[in-house]
Amino acid sequence: MASTRTDAPASDGKPAAEMPAQAAQGRLAASLKDAAVAAFLAGVLGFFFIGLRTDIEPGGLEITMRWTAWVVSILIVFGGRLALNLFVFRAQRPATGIVGAGLSGMGEALPGLGKWLMRGLFVFALVLPFFFMAAFPGKDRQFIDLAILILTYVMLGWGLNIVVGLAGLLDLGYVAFYAVGAYSFALLSQYFGFGFWMALPLAGILAAFWGIILGFPVLRLRGDYLAIVTLAFGEIIRVVLLNWYEFTGGPDGISGIPRPTFFGLEFSRGDDGFAAFFGLDYSPIHRFVYLYYIILALALITNVVTIRLRKLPIGRAWEALREDEIACRSLGINTRNTKLTAFSIGAMFGGFAGSFFATRQGFISPESFTFLESAIILAIVVLGGLGSQIGVVIAAIVTIGGIEMLRNLGFLTQIFGPGFDPVQYRMLIFGLAMVFIMVWKPRGLVSTREPSAVLKEKKRIGADMVAQGEGH
Amino acid sequence: MVAAAGKEAPTGGASARWESDPILSVEHLTMRFGGLVAVGDLSFNAGRGDITALIGPNGAGKTTVFNCVTGFYKPTEGRIVMRHGPGRQAETVEEVTNSGLRWKKEGDKGIFLLERMPDHEIAHRAKVARTFQNIRLFGGMTALENLLVAQHNPLVVASGFTVGGIFGLPSYRKAEQAAIEKAVYWLERTRLIDRADDPAADLPYGAQRRLEIARAMCTDPQLLCLDEPAAGLNPRESAELNELLKFIRDEHGTSVLLIEHDMGVVMEISDHIVVLDYGVKISDGDAETVRNDPNVIAAYLGVEEEEEIDIPEVLEDVSAAAGKAGTGKGGKA
Repeated sequence: MASTRTDAPASDGKPAAEMPAQAAQGRLAASLKDAAVAAFLAGVLGFFFIGLRTDIEPGGLEITMRWTAWVVSILIVFGGRLALNLFVFRAQRPATGIVGAGLSGMGEALPGLGKWLMRGLFVFALVLPFFFMAAFPGKDRQFIDLAILILTYVMLGWGLNIVVGLAGLLDLGYVAFYAVGAYSFALLSQYFGFGFWMALPLAGILAAFWGIILGFPVLRLRGDYLAIVTLAFGEIIRVVLLNWYEFTGGPDGISGIPRPTFFGLEFSRGDDGFAAFFGLDYSPIHRFVYLYYIILALALITNVVTIRLRKLPIGRAWEALREDEIACRSLGINTRNTKLTAFSIGAMFGGFAGSFFATRQGFISPESFTFLESAIILAIVVLGGLGSQIGVVIAAIVTIGGIEMLRNLGFLTQIFGPGFDPVQYRMLIFGLAMVFIMVWKPRGLVSTREPSAVLKEKKRIGADMVAQGEGH
Repeated sequence: MVAAAGKEAPTGGASARWESDPILSVEHLTMRFGGLVAVGDLSFNAGRGDITALIGPNGAGKTTVFNCVTGFYKPTEGRIVMRHGPGRQAETVEEVTNSGLRWKKEGDKGIFLLERMPDHEIAHRAKVARTFQNIRLFGGMTALENLLVAQHNPLVVASGFTVGGIFGLPSYRKAEQAAIEKAVYWLERTRLIDRADDPAADLPYGAQRRLEIARAMCTDPQLLCLDEPAAGLNPRESAELNELLKFIRDEHGTSVLLIEHDMGVVMEISDHIVVLDYGVKISDGDAETVRNDPNVIAAYLGVEEEEEIDIPEVLEDVSAAAGKAGTGKGGKA
């Protein structure tokens, strides 16, 4: 038995050494033949579809021959097929494999890189508004606004990551808690004159409360059913907000939501404003910079709390719940309470973010809390890699920044002609990009899991080991 | 009821530990799934500090009994008593049964009516831990993390129900260090210390079985229920398992209830064997008694059609179970 095993590689190795010269020739011949067959087929099929063109003429249809287009298409098929044959189908190391390996290698390198990336991003985030003000004086306001938007989604992604990534409960209605937070603040300010800082904790608590309300009925559900009920819950909240006209203003929304103050100082032009107090020239950019630092602080709090929670028994219980609920119960873990804490803590961060959203916009309406928002937040979490904190950041930048950047594709009109409106294609391009990323990295950009406790040596756990929980 | 359960035991005598000092009493347990009687009027005791084996051919209802004991199934009828502290504590058992409470605990002594308790409370309060026939580890978590999850309940208290833990209180850090030490102790006992930082799903099969036992032991159980712990192990691993179970019994005073098909394991380490067939008990006693019991031989090896009818006890048990199923709540006081 042992001897045959040692023989096997030797007998394999012999032809492998002789292969290059002989086999390469055969491969080229076969590739040329295959490409010629493909080109012939393209010629036959394309003769009618590409070579003939019919135009409507006064006397009926007129046929024009397009020989150039026909020949070009045949040549493209021949060349493409030949290249595919040589480098992918018949190659010893297919080019797609190399590209794929390179891409996944990038993903493997990310964790090691992650620590430095994390620090770099953190420092960059701290100085970002001043960087924008210095580098893009004309567009600083637009860029800071975009950064605020991205950070809001980072925070939402981190909040949802607790529910979906750690506890493994697929929540398609996360935007409901975002809405609860936003409307809590808006209504508290409208009816009781609450300011942002007073309403912020209340909005978080109310959202957590709604998380528990949602949690109770869905506790017994698993998998797809859980996802459907959370989806319904998200819609119920939106529909209630839309139809309870006397209380919420219905589709008119709520406007005049107060801006956040800096220890009682408003960002206004007057003598008692922020700029006057500190002896600065008034500039509307101050308020944007302030908003940026508020959301940065909120997001960082979310991150720190989540990282802490992961190393606490409750966080381990969440992950254990994702891995195997029955085993959890056999170890004396109350799965109902564990799920409820995941729902309510995730909801609380959603509520904080919602409250910030209300104060940033100054106006909210149910239109801001549609299912598409839930889908985008979930896409950020899944794209980043379930349970990965840095993955969420990258995914939020790519997703939200990407969608916004696609608005500025004016140069494409030079390629596709003046009738081309790139804004209409941005969701298509975005969708295609998502599909490609998920094909190459099916478990997200950062798919490995970091253990929460280490005895001797920290080893990252591959995605194939980690369960995805309910409803994936 | 307790006295009746004592009388029913066909073998073993008054001196047997499982009669005088049972940690677990299963009394008139019946479990029906629709029309199917998986377990019919089953009564047996597991002695404190004993290794009790539950054996029987495939489909005899062993795992169903396990699921009833550990709360994963709610029994149709019957009473399951878990006792902390020595003796039968017959009076307390009756008191708790009649009071409608789930359990009563005073100091070291405690009575737990498992049929009334949800599964996680059985593990947490009654201190009954279990493993699964098809291993259920937290595959994406390291071996160490698996053992820390098992210490969830004491750690949650130590972390001040998470609030203290978030602020990094030193008392929680100390508690976590103690939990890691305990995990290390069991990792060493199960020879998994070198794999402590590897994900559980990455371990070989035998190691996963051992890790599951270690994880169950980290909950500080008084009764450890093992569902086919030797399934899929090679002879050397089986022998190691025997040593581990003896160690658990002798050094930790944990009673063990196990389901097993590997007769080498069963006969060598069991103090007490209960044999089931078609959901009823056909034999109960020490290894020697069970080995020579004609009912057991018949159930395992099969007998001619006429002979099988000739075994009166089986027929009695089956008809008794069928009768019980009809009459209802007789088992519950």
